[in-house]
Amino acid sequence: MSLEETAYSVFLGLLFLYCVLAAGKAVDPVFAFHATIGAIASAAGIFLIVRSYIDRDGRVEPAEINGKPNYNLGPVKFASIAAMFWGIAGFSVGIWIALELAYPALNLGLPWTTFGRLRPLHTSAVIFAFGGNVLLATSFYVVQRTSRARMPGLVTPWVVILGYNVFIVIAGTGYLLGVTQSKEYAEPEWYADLWLTIVWVAYLLVFLATLWRRKEPHIYVANWFYLAFIVTIAMLHIINNAAVPVSVFGSKSYVVWSGVQDAMVQWWYGHNAVGFFLTAGFLAIMYYFVPKRANRPVYSYRLSIIHFWALIFLYIWAGPHHLHYTALPEWASTLGMVFSVMLWMPSWGGMINGLMTLSGAWDKLRTDPVLRLLVVSVAFYGMSTFEGPLMSVKAVNSLSHYTDWTIGHVHSGALGWVGYVSFGALYCMVPWIYGKRDVYSLKLVDWHFWISTLGIVLYITSMWVSGIMQGLMWRAYTELGFLQYSFVETVEAMHPYYVIRALGGILFLTGAVIMAVNLYLTIRHGESEKPAADVALAPAE
Amino acid sequence: MDFSYEQVAAFAQQSGLLYFFLIFSAICVYALWPKNKAKFDHAAQIPLEED
Repeated sequence: MSLEETAYSVFLGLLFLYCVLAAGKAVDPVFAFHATIGAIASAAGIFLIVRSYIDRDGRVEPAEINGKPNYNLGPVKFASIAAMFWGIAGFSVGIWIALELAYPALNLGLPWTTFGRLRPLHTSAVIFAFGGNVLLATSFYVVQRTSRARMPGLVTPWVVILGYNVFIVIAGTGYLLGVTQSKEYAEPEWYADLWLTIVWVAYLLVFLATLWRRKEPHIYVANWFYLAFIVTIAMLHIINNAAVPVSVFGSKSYVVWSGVQDAMVQWWYGHNAVGFFLTAGFLAIMYYFVPKRANRPVYSYRLSIIHFWALIFLYIWAGPHHLHYTALPEWASTLGMVFSVMLWMPSWGGMINGLMTLSGAWDKLRTDPVLRLLVVSVAFYGMSTFEGPLMSVKAVNSLSHYTDWTIGHVHSGALGWVGYVSFGALYCMVPWIYGKRDVYSLKLVDWHFWISTLGIVLYITSMWVSGIMQGLMWRAYTELGFLQYSFVETVEAMHPYYVIRALGGILFLTGAVIMAVNLYLTIRHGESEKPAADVALAPAE
Repeated sequence: MDFSYEQVAAFAQQSGLLYFFLIFSAICVYALWPKNKAKFDHAAQIPLEED
């Protein structure tokens, strides 16, 4: 066995023993359940390491075959399929909770299916499970391709991919069972956070080691964005989740920050989860997949460098705009607003760079629905990053905050930008990694595009109307200075928009299901890239 | 020697402004320097070159 295999086996063995002990001594049932999942996952990990050791029979995959890099695509394939699975799961939960808001009886009167528990399940499933797996898959693919080097490690890439998905399972089941540290987008408790930290450090090491091995002297801009995403998320995750567990055998912990400092750390984390997870990571996808699909170099490489550094310098300061008119000092709130407004520049610089890559090739939008998904995603990026700074302005925020306008804004970014750029990347990458010429059916991609786009339009327009109406009703006074509407009247007024929003979500999910079928058919029955004779000669994967 | 909150804050704000402004200016100069054009034109082709 190699040192790497031995070290991971020993580590997982110790983790297994701790999990068994913790399951036995657990002070609450959810912790016992999660310790059991941990024990099963550790044992499965050891089994997989030993089995692959026996299967490989002393051989190691060569870094190059006939002078060409022999890319490690197994983990990329797994994460792509996992992304599709979690995407459909996360979109479905989203529809369920949208319907709960329109028809509250759908919470079934059970604690596990209340809005409060299903909402973090939805957000984490779409952001971290779907988006995270897309980022893992594409980053491992792009860093290898643009470095022209196989990523190192027999076990580590798999520890990253499988370990991350185990984290998702622990986080998601925890929410349903009522375990949460009540930090938005950082709900998982201390033990899940610790595990994610280990996985994330392994991810950083694999990524850096691949760059270290690169044959290409220049590090392509997409890798800069991926690296910024990995490093910043590590920093945000550790600081925001600094907590002291009540017992090492229990799920409950207390965060070390308190009061307004805790709120500020939380939204420093929260906004940069948007800035570095949902923006920098997916901009990396844009900088690789848009040029690749359009078969043209990026419009301006120089602009991409300025775009990168401007984004990095500005995003990290924008968090306080989530805390306008709270206990946060006025200057901090103003600082967050000013930096948010300045973010217009890098955001639009990046959007222009992505869109203008098609300059001279706009006709491809008519014939290639995959490129259309990618380009429309960049347009949504421009739209939602225009709207965001606008909403961060205090006067606008006093109307928009705590209303559905925020939900509409988030979803124009999440469905339009993150969703579409991910779909576009998967439609490109899945055929490439499985050695297929293209997706099984471009016609189905067309259907996906139009159905989902209609869904997004219904979603964001209904939330704009609902949100602005809600904000105006809250601040409406009678002639005598009393509030004109009771809270429940505003809730009642929003009902039709909630139904329209749920319909939009159903259309978006329909598109994703069409996509899953199309990708399945691509993997199973897609036309091979090379003539059959060549395939027979190709080295086994 | 004791420093007041105002002194520390003023130092941090002014030096931070200067520091970020200088680094960002250096990045712009690097990105726009005419001699680097060939390098960046090659870099832009990286995803398109087959391997």
